Amino acid sequence: MTLIGEVFFWVLGATAVLSGAAVFWVNSMARATYALAISFVAVGLQLLLLDQAYLGVITILMMVMEMAVMAVYMIMFMGMNPALMPMSMVHDKRLSLVTALVTFALLAAGILLTPWPSGRPAPTEDVTVALGMALMEPKMLAMIVLSPVMVATIVAGVSLSLHRGRYDRYGDDLERAAADDPQPGGVGR
Amino acid sequence: MTLEAVLLIAAALFSVGLYGAISQQVVVMVMMGLELMLNGVILAAGAFWWFLSPEPTGQVLLLVVIAAMTVEMAMGFAVATLVHRARGSDMTDSASELKR
Amino acid sequence: MSDPVVEVDPSWAIVGALLLAVLVMIAVALDGMLAARAQGGSAAASLRWPAAETARLLRQRRRSTVAADSLLWRIGGAGMLVAALLKITVVPFGEWTLFDFEAGLVWFNAMDALVWALVWLVGWGGNSVHALVGGYRFLALAVAYELPLMFALIATAIASESLNVGDIVAAQSELWFIVWMPVAFLIYSIGVVAFSVWGPFGSSLGADIAGGVAAELSGVDRLVFFAGRYGVLVAGAAFAVPLFLGGGSGAVLPAWAWSLLKTVVVLAAFVWVRRKVPLIRPEKFMEVGWMLLIPAGMLQDLLIALVMVNR
Repeated sequence: MTLIGEVFFWVLGATAVLSGAAVFWVNSMARATYALAISFVAVGLQLLLLDQAYLGVITILMMVMEMAVMAVYMIMFMGMNPALMPMSMVHDKRLSLVTALVTFALLAAGILLTPWPSGRPAPTEDVTVALGMALMEPKMLAMIVLSPVMVATIVAGVSLSLHRGRYDRYGDDLERAAADDPQPGGVGR
Repeated sequence: MTLEAVLLIAAALFSVGLYGAISQQVVVMVMMGLELMLNGVILAAGAFWWFLSPEPTGQVLLLVVIAAMTVEMAMGFAVATLVHRARGSDMTDSASELKR
Repeated sequence: MSDPVVEVDPSWAIVGALLLAVLVMIAVALDGMLAARAQGGSAAASLRWPAAETARLLRQRRRSTVAADSLLWRIGGAGMLVAALLKITVVPFGEWTLFDFEAGLVWFNAMDALVWALVWLVGWGGNSVHALVGGYRFLALAVAYELPLMFALIATAIASESLNVGDIVAAQSELWFIVWMPVAFLIYSIGVVAFSVWGPFGSSLGADIAGGVAAELSGVDRLVFFAGRYGVLVAGAAFAVPLFLGGGSGAVLPAWAWSLLKTVVVLAAFVWVRRKVPLIRPEKFMEVGWMLLIPAGMLQDLLIALVMVNR
């Protein structure tokens, strides 16, 4: 990695940690959410510098979308004026702080004391192609397991958060010809 | 740039996330803490891949972590919606039926 | 396999940005001409309009609102232009590209995910009801158009067995993708028009909510936001060329001329659509997206996968 790349990497690392800390520091829900988005974008760019093109970009893609949705939930559920208003919604602040610091100390000790192998092996020629091949050949089981998990998540998420089921839409005997929706959809179901 | 240094950044991200996940009272903020912890995990896994073993298996692990984050977010939002509908707020302290 | 596109020196990015600016001007002028024709005004005046409006907005004093979140507001407003510029880095112009990236397709997709955040931030930052309603309208639309758009992008990746835009162009040397994946092209076009908050998907800038997310924007903020919005439309049109229209391939003319020509044609079609298709309500389109476009995109992908396996 070149010197510029190295400097860039450290700037991104600092950005990731500081904006991560800002999530619990700033007084605005929108700012907190987008601070987290910046933290993810920084880590995604770091992955790009570490030659993991596909994963870096996919991290940015997913997390920006996720934070855009997250902001909506934040504002929907916090139930207070979301403009720049001081807020403190924490419990066990001291205990949490101590736990976090102890965790960091333990992790740091582990990181610094472990004898890591030195010398970086050369990465595979085309990382994205290699990943695709791995996913479709030896590691296919991972994808096969993930897909039913995703489907189960969609079903469970919808059924948990649904507030109008089919009995509300089609009547108690499910005999209503057209669904009774407060806002009809676009395909005329 | 060394492996130790990148892992220290990842550990810092993880610890900040842990602080948030424990201390926040609102479900969505707790989720943000969890996401930040996983962000640290992503960076650490990426660094391990680059420094120790640049073969596809490590990347599959990263993909699984990202998938775990989506599941966490989807279920978290569903539960937050449910708790908010039942109680009018989504504070974790109010959802304590299972606590003796 | 020889590399179909050549990565040029980063300093050419300035030329890329200028090209984007020229295409934005063309789109604005074309839109003004169509508007003049619809309302019976003079077409010559509408050609002057882009420059006149730019000058007016540059002179206009920038307004602000009470308790505006200026930081997020400015990020959202300027971000659209940045997203457009980042998008065109992976679009090959003839045989040259600024960023020959192995996951270029996903890069483009990631940049249009940025638009989700940016439009909402513009709506949020001004601390104004109408603007915020516009921001929420956009997110509702975004949830409906983004997934079909991803399926449309995946179709080209399956057919070319690569995420690199250059490889996608090379895979079309015999047959353009638009010929055998028209559904994917249609869904892609819907996606581009939607993420540019354009035409039928412009409800978050709608007149019924006093201009929506742009309600409180004024002066240079407004100029930059709308330039960025035209910018993402141009970037979307430019990216359709390597994805579906064979990139720079064509007879007689050099490759870059074909790229430019095809981009202008697609762009003109997108601009023209604005006055031909009525506004679509986000909650209606949500169901259309999930019930029609996603299955259509998946079937398209399945078909292409079957063709590729049995080739």
